[in-house]
Amino acid sequence: MKFSEKWLREWVNPDLDSTTLVEKLTQAGLEVDSITPVAGEFTGVVVGQVISVEAHPDADKLRLCQVDIAADEPLSIVCGAANVRQDLKIPVAVVGSVLPGNFKIKKAKLRGVPSYGMLCSEKELGLADSADGLMELATDAPVGTDVRQYLDLDDITIEVDLTPNRSDCLGVAGIAREVGVLTGCDLTTWQQETIAETSALTRDVDVANSAACPRYLGRVIENINVNAVTPVWMQEKLRRSGLRSLGPVVDVTNYVMLELGQPMHAFDNDKLEGSITVRNGQADEKLTLLDGQEVTVTDNSLVIADQSGALALAGIMGGEASSVGDDTANLFLEAAFFTPTAIAGRARGYGLHTDSSHRFERGVDPELAIVAMQRATTLLLSIVGGEAGAITEVSSAADMPEQQTIKLRAARIKRVLGIAIEAEQVEDQLTRLGLTVVATDDGWQVTVPSFRFDLSIEVDLIEELGRLYGYDLLPNTRPQGTVLTTNISEHSLATDRLQNLLVDRGYQEAITYSFVDPTMHKHFLLEGMTPITLANPISADLSEMRTSLWPGLVNALIYNLNRQHTRVRLFEVGRIYTGTTDDIVQHRQIGGVVCGSRYDEQWAEKQRPVDFFDVKADVEQLFSLAGGDITFVAEQHPALHPGQTARVYKAGEAIGWIGALHPRLNKPLGLDGKVFVFELALTATLAAQVPSFEPLSRFPALRRDLALLADEKVTAGEIERCLNSIDSDILKSIQLFDVYTGDGVELGKKSIAIAFNIQHAERTLTDEDVDALMQTVTDKLDQQLKVVVRS
Amino acid sequence: MAELESQLQALNDIVATATAAVVAAEQSSVLETLRVQYLGKKGTITAYLKQLGNVSVEQRPVIGKSVNLAKQQVVGLIENRAKVLAEKAMNEALAAETLDVTLPGRGEQTGGLHPVTRTLQRIERYFQQIGFAVAEGPEIEDSTHNFTALNIPEHHPARAMHDTFYFNAEMLLRTHTSPVQIRVMEQDEPPLRVIAPGRVYRCDSDLTHTPMFHQVEGLMVDENVSFTDLKGILSDFLEAFFERPLNVRFRPSYFPFTEPSAEADIECVMCNGKGCRVCSHTGWLEVLGCGMVHPKVFEHVNIDSEKYLGLAFGMGVERLAMLRYGVNDLRMFFDNDLRFLRQFN
Repeated sequence: MKFSEKWLREWVNPDLDSTTLVEKLTQAGLEVDSITPVAGEFTGVVVGQVISVEAHPDADKLRLCQVDIAADEPLSIVCGAANVRQDLKIPVAVVGSVLPGNFKIKKAKLRGVPSYGMLCSEKELGLADSADGLMELATDAPVGTDVRQYLDLDDITIEVDLTPNRSDCLGVAGIAREVGVLTGCDLTTWQQETIAETSALTRDVDVANSAACPRYLGRVIENINVNAVTPVWMQEKLRRSGLRSLGPVVDVTNYVMLELGQPMHAFDNDKLEGSITVRNGQADEKLTLLDGQEVTVTDNSLVIADQSGALALAGIMGGEASSVGDDTANLFLEAAFFTPTAIAGRARGYGLHTDSSHRFERGVDPELAIVAMQRATTLLLSIVGGEAGAITEVSSAADMPEQQTIKLRAARIKRVLGIAIEAEQVEDQLTRLGLTVVATDDGWQVTVPSFRFDLSIEVDLIEELGRLYGYDLLPNTRPQGTVLTTNISEHSLATDRLQNLLVDRGYQEAITYSFVDPTMHKHFLLEGMTPITLANPISADLSEMRTSLWPGLVNALIYNLNRQHTRVRLFEVGRIYTGTTDDIVQHRQIGGVVCGSRYDEQWAEKQRPVDFFDVKADVEQLFSLAGGDITFVAEQHPALHPGQTARVYKAGEAIGWIGALHPRLNKPLGLDGKVFVFELALTATLAAQVPSFEPLSRFPALRRDLALLADEKVTAGEIERCLNSIDSDILKSIQLFDVYTGDGVELGKKSIAIAFNIQHAERTLTDEDVDALMQTVTDKLDQQLKVVVRS
Repeated sequence: MAELESQLQALNDIVATATAAVVAAEQSSVLETLRVQYLGKKGTITAYLKQLGNVSVEQRPVIGKSVNLAKQQVVGLIENRAKVLAEKAMNEALAAETLDVTLPGRGEQTGGLHPVTRTLQRIERYFQQIGFAVAEGPEIEDSTHNFTALNIPEHHPARAMHDTFYFNAEMLLRTHTSPVQIRVMEQDEPPLRVIAPGRVYRCDSDLTHTPMFHQVEGLMVDENVSFTDLKGILSDFLEAFFERPLNVRFRPSYFPFTEPSAEADIECVMCNGKGCRVCSHTGWLEVLGCGMVHPKVFEHVNIDSEKYLGLAFGMGVERLAMLRYGVNDLRMFFDNDLRFLRQFN
């Protein structure tokens, strides 16, 4: 809601400067978004009238004008504006005047012709952001008058960002009422003039849907002056509220809306057929709106129709066919109350948002229609003349909002706000708001006036009391409450432990969007997976919900590689979205992307590119924090290198992947060099075991090493699984410490060295113990994997 | 007597020669040779000891004493010299091992957490200390939890103001962390104290909006919590977060799910409230929204609003991070530019 300070002060004029007034509004919950002067800073600009216009001798686009400014002699001014013409009244910046931006007007020569001043546009005076010619002043503008005075420009526009509940303030009168309460200043009283109903013309109104339209008022005004123009004061108020002047009739309806908060509509009475009906849209009913758009009316939206069909979308926008034009002589004026729920969402459904729909969907005072009708009629009669007919009113008392009576308990005020408010103050504040307050045993019975339709329950009143008391004057306290127990589970690690581990291992944490580019995403989709897609993405490249952290991480990798980074290690913790919209799975994952050299460039280590086992070590360390039975199994992933990919299992459940990006992705993604990625299900990774103590052995441990010869295809994992299956109390751990192929090892075979750590819990080991164990080991390896001791 | 004298003189000469040789020795191997030469089985001084038997009884003590003295002298000399040489050798070895200790250390450098995570962790830690548990909820939400249960019915203007991303008529990306309030209250009985950090989404993208950002929601439900408690909790938090005394002001506002509702502004941390570009010359920065849980919200989750009261708040994490660290472009948070990220290591 934008309005000029002077307009507000016509309604209520507290003894406060602008800054304090604005501060009060903000602190009362009517947040002032901006304060802007209604014009730029300028001096010395006067009303002038063009006496004559001649062509410039040396420039096609310039004209030489004689301009009367009520001085002894007219001024010679060179002007380039297309709309300059004889008799036109314009603002003239004379020599010595200063325009916004400290632009001083001096005598000048334009293509050899002297010019004594400048004719101004609205833009040049800081009255508008743009202009396509000179500002045209009213024909009755007094020549020679200072333009600041003439237009009353020493004023500011206040823009209030109203919350949806305070639509009672969507008019200057409402804001004034609020200022009155806040400052204790009385409102300016005004008397509605009695309107002489000099026309016998009326138009019948039939409301078919009274639940949606509990009140409809219509009035015919005939024989208006088609040549009338909107007075300057009204044009200026509209402009200061951000509305353009569109002719006197529309200007008056807009003015009344801004002043009182009641949207109105004026039809060209000659374009209406028969009686007016307020009804729902009918099947396939079409309507061309004022903005030129043709809409098909839906059956849940209300229209104003005549016998020929829909004329307007009720409470949203009028139709083109019945609109007021330059030649309109007879008007049918509408002021109605539409139920908010009958309007809410409808404008949006047509892609519209209008000043009218904005008000009706939030709520308009149901008693306002009659006031607005009289006010608009008075203004119209004084501006465009004509004869007004009687008002046709159709109201349905049963459908009108009920008058609210609310029980307010003193004890409840204290419980909610935290402090008690004196009874006297409660009564005074609520009364000032226009509420009727009657004291009861434990509080008050409060009756709410029609314009505060946002107040319907006790806490609504408590909020008003708190607001008027001043939130800042309420003390700050600390809550007292039950001490709650907290969870200190050891069955799950905290996520930040994993984040910190990766940070310590050189990773930088990234946060990427949850929606990704389908062209990137497709490379990472597991077979048969269909991503969940947004119905209204912000752009095509942010339209699919990610099924993996990799598309975002790889995107971030590419972003950095393109900015001269060669070594990148990123990780992210976040959700992925799988399943279907009917059955959405949104699990948290932890994933990473790594490329470049093993270490940052440094003097102490020989540089080498990062490889699979570097990244695998990071993943293994993540797992080592929580423990558990982790296995890596060579499997295939569409985005990964077929020979450098492992699926990760924890306690037999597949929980993630690690691998090198498939080289065929390098070209489409613009990558060169190896990129490694990993991604693990977070909850499973965090699942931890509570440590369980095992007594320490007092007896010496010993180590046996075995050099083994295995077929190349036998994996370390298989050997480990085979050895782990040995049931032995004395085999404490095994450690693979060498893998070798080449000279001395048969082609197709590999040599593997494993250390066995052996210890008995209760006695010193004997040779027999150890020999028996090692025999079991070699037998098992031979039987299960054809792995033999190297001779 | 002359023989005695000459014998003693000869011993003195031996000691003198040995002294010169020992002092001149530069290697421990030379010292060993000298030890053998004078003190070994066939050593010069040893020879004198062996001859003592041939010396007359009268002269024996005199000569014996002198020989022992000479022996002790040479042993001492060699030991001292050995110490000197050992020390010298150690010093040389140490000198040879001298490193340029100003060279940087070897191996991996540490990375860092994203500034949003860093901010979230501080907020979580603060509220955990005052007894709030961390709760989570789904990011793909149903409209009931995101809107209806929060007293934002269909077609409510507040719903339109949310610029929601939809999947279909029912499912959407949560526009705020407030639905977690509902989920917590559906699941647990009061008293409740939770905060819910997480990603939220709005279909809006320009200089000051990204389609995804983070919020932290807070909820406390108990028999005696009030609006002044809400003010106290949040004022304390803001001062703790910015680690300085801070003017905080509460302005009436409107959220369908709280009443009374407020927005909290802090004195601009960039200009100390004097007015600058960041605070649009108002001296104030809006940092969070809050209020007392609306009775209709309690009704949706079957909590008796006569018995219990609730306070709730929600804050934008990026906004707090920008103010805390002086970041002037919201979009940087999601570019993941290493030059940006590393500033928070």
